[in-house]
Amino acid sequence: MALRYSNCRNVWRKALELIKELDRCTGTLPPYNSDLVSEVNNEIKHLIESNLEDARLDEENRSSGDVSLLPTIICRHSAIARNFRCLLAYHYNRLRCIRTMRWEFGGILPPDIKENLSQLELEWFSKYSNSLAQYMRSVGEEGINLTVNLKPPKSVHIEVRCLVDYGKYEMNNGTIVFLKKNTRHFLPRLECEELIRQGVFEHVVS
Amino acid sequence: MSLQLSYSPNYFSIDDILATQERIPCKFSVNVPKLGILNPSSDEKDLKAGTELELPLWLVQGLSTGRQPAVVPELPNVYKEGYREILKADACAVDLHKFNLYYYEFGSYVRNFDRKNNVADILLHTFTTRFRHLMDLADNTFQDPNSIQKLDMLERKLFKEANEAKIKMNAWLKNSEAPIETAAMVMNHRKRKRVNVE
Repeated sequence: MALRYSNCRNVWRKALELIKELDRCTGTLPPYNSDLVSEVNNEIKHLIESNLEDARLDEENRSSGDVSLLPTIICRHSAIARNFRCLLAYHYNRLRCIRTMRWEFGGILPPDIKENLSQLELEWFSKYSNSLAQYMRSVGEEGINLTVNLKPPKSVHIEVRCLVDYGKYEMNNGTIVFLKKNTRHFLPRLECEELIRQGVFEHVVS
Repeated sequence: MSLQLSYSPNYFSIDDILATQERIPCKFSVNVPKLGILNPSSDEKDLKAGTELELPLWLVQGLSTGRQPAVVPELPNVYKEGYREILKADACAVDLHKFNLYYYEFGSYVRNFDRKNNVADILLHTFTTRFRHLMDLADNTFQDPNSIQKLDMLERKLFKEANEAKIKMNAWLKNSEAPIETAAMVMNHRKRKRVNVE
């Protein structure tokens, strides 16, 4: 089959790169690409300026019957809308990811993940953390921790295997357990759940 | 709470943004001044009427509507008669991933450029024929990466969900106590670290 149509040149593709970055890393958060974001911002600004200028020109040309600039303007306008969409989707999807992190890593993020967040995203994270904590305190008489008992408990104590050398861990009743790698413990479910979620323990189900 | 978005194309959907980047062959019906940069085979400043280019879908959507459409879109090859015949013959045998990464999602946009409605029919036909096969696959395959090679992105998503559900169901039938698991993101983070160390 003869190739009749040639591809159009790759212009206005920077914003798509941001989306592709997210698409490549499902389940993790790539570093915030501030360079590319500001490049896209500039591109949008540039497109808007060109469109303004051409809109004015088109108005003047109309009386003299010159070629209409309308298709050019529509073209650029589509590019502007597209860039907007990509930028917004980039930030929105990152925020979704960061919100999930609050539930999975807990209130404090590991430093190497923190590095990948922008300043504004870090601020958002701490604000979200605060409002979540505030809400959990306000429910019931003594507050309720929503991040535990995500699955219905069947017994008070469960068996767990320790996966890392964690060191000393003080339980709510004051007893101190020494958590060494590959040791097994029989502990109250309530105490372990958070540590299991963070990958310190493995829940042993016989 | 998961990262997954609702399926229906929403403004922030990454899949939908990628699907609307796929290209459609178009013929320009008017002169477009100043945008000669779009045409890689000429250095002229303006785009002449009659130029034939493959444009991304999002651009075509803006240009092909309105009172005076600037471009006339055509059907991409994989939705044309020849390919439709292949799908009609046996949809299950086709490597849909090679046809187009987003065969269904892109197709549901392309459908609008087809007045005879053939594309809509073939999309439905393909999906219903392949769906049975897909569910069969999801119920019986455990971690065989080759089995999903021929699926397009939408089918892959369905496969993943169905497969996970099946595995969970089996685990629950064996032992009704749901073990507490390490959070998915923490797991991922760990794996990454391990690669870095090695």
